[in-house]
Amino acid sequence: MKFQISNFKFQIFLILFLLFTVHCSLVAAAEWSGVDESVIEKYAKEHGREVKEPVINTDQGDLLLFVFLIAGTVGGFAAGYYWRTLTEQRAKNADVIKKNI
Amino acid sequence: MKVETSRLKVQGYSIAVIAVALLSLFPQNSYAMHISEGILPFNWAAFWFLVAAPFVTYGLYKLKKVSKIDLSFKPLVGLMAAVVFIISCMPIPVPTAGTCSHPCGTGISGILVGPAISILITAVALLIQALFLAHGGLSTWGADIVSMGVMGSCAGFLTFKALRSIKINMAVSGFMAGLFADWATYLTTSVELASGIRGDSPFMPLFWKILIAFIPTQLPLGILEGAMTAGMIVLLYKKRPDLLVKMRVLKPEEAL
Repeated sequence: MKFQISNFKFQIFLILFLLFTVHCSLVAAAEWSGVDESVIEKYAKEHGREVKEPVINTDQGDLLLFVFLIAGTVGGFAAGYYWRTLTEQRAKNADVIKKNI
Repeated sequence: MKVETSRLKVQGYSIAVIAVALLSLFPQNSYAMHISEGILPFNWAAFWFLVAAPFVTYGLYKLKKVSKIDLSFKPLVGLMAAVVFIISCMPIPVPTAGTCSHPCGTGISGILVGPAISILITAVALLIQALFLAHGGLSTWGADIVSMGVMGSCAGFLTFKALRSIKINMAVSGFMAGLFADWATYLTTSVELASGIRGDSPFMPLFWKILIAFIPTQLPLGILEGAMTAGMIVLLYKKRPDLLVKMRVLKPEEAL
């Protein structure tokens, strides 16, 4: 019985391993592209829908990289600034909550 | 002998089910949430704008109302806006799919600032992304607001509230809220895409095709989003329990 269970486990492991190997070989050629761009366009084309250029097309060479860098910097700065503002208020509000209880 | 045969049959069926499930979980491609410019036909794009408009308007009204009462609410909204903006344009490689996709961040904002304001925050983040980052589209803005803003925020908020009401641990509730916010977003995107691009084809087969294509990417990303949401909730609990009380995430006695 014990042997049978371990045999069953081995079969499952083997299938998982084979599937993973096949899967890895399939995705090896993939370029880690954003699926919202490459795949949606592909499926949309299959159904007769063409993707249009964005109103402000920043997807030109390294321009998009630069815009993402700016967005990340501004977003990161804003997040850090507001986080600091919130955590600094802690000391002020700590007494308020104790009084309210 | 008979028992042995039936046990072997069960083993065989189990392996077959696992194999089929795994094969269906490992297609080569999948979708991400932001629907690109021009993908949806005019009537569907307009329809999703009409669906999104009342939610965004209510979010604006709610933000004005709450900000008048409590000025300290603004930094939290600012933080959540930055978090949603950054998270929703942050491509994360998913080895199981060989693609990149992004979490949404609407689970955490739905919990902390409420779904109405979270929808507004998401709308602004999506607009900036559509305008300057070639991420999503202006014509598909309404559809993106509905999937990420409305469904993501509401799913996160309701899951968290439901689990907390039955006394589930805060970290677990946060995790599940993030997970369901992510999955609800992609479920809605599947509906929007299938209904928009199907033409004369039947809706359901295309819907399932898209939804299954999402799974390899969003299954791990949903778990990641759940972990991020739980982490942020726990961090805020340690740093600002009073804020969680104010936002009705915690009861006063739980903050001590």
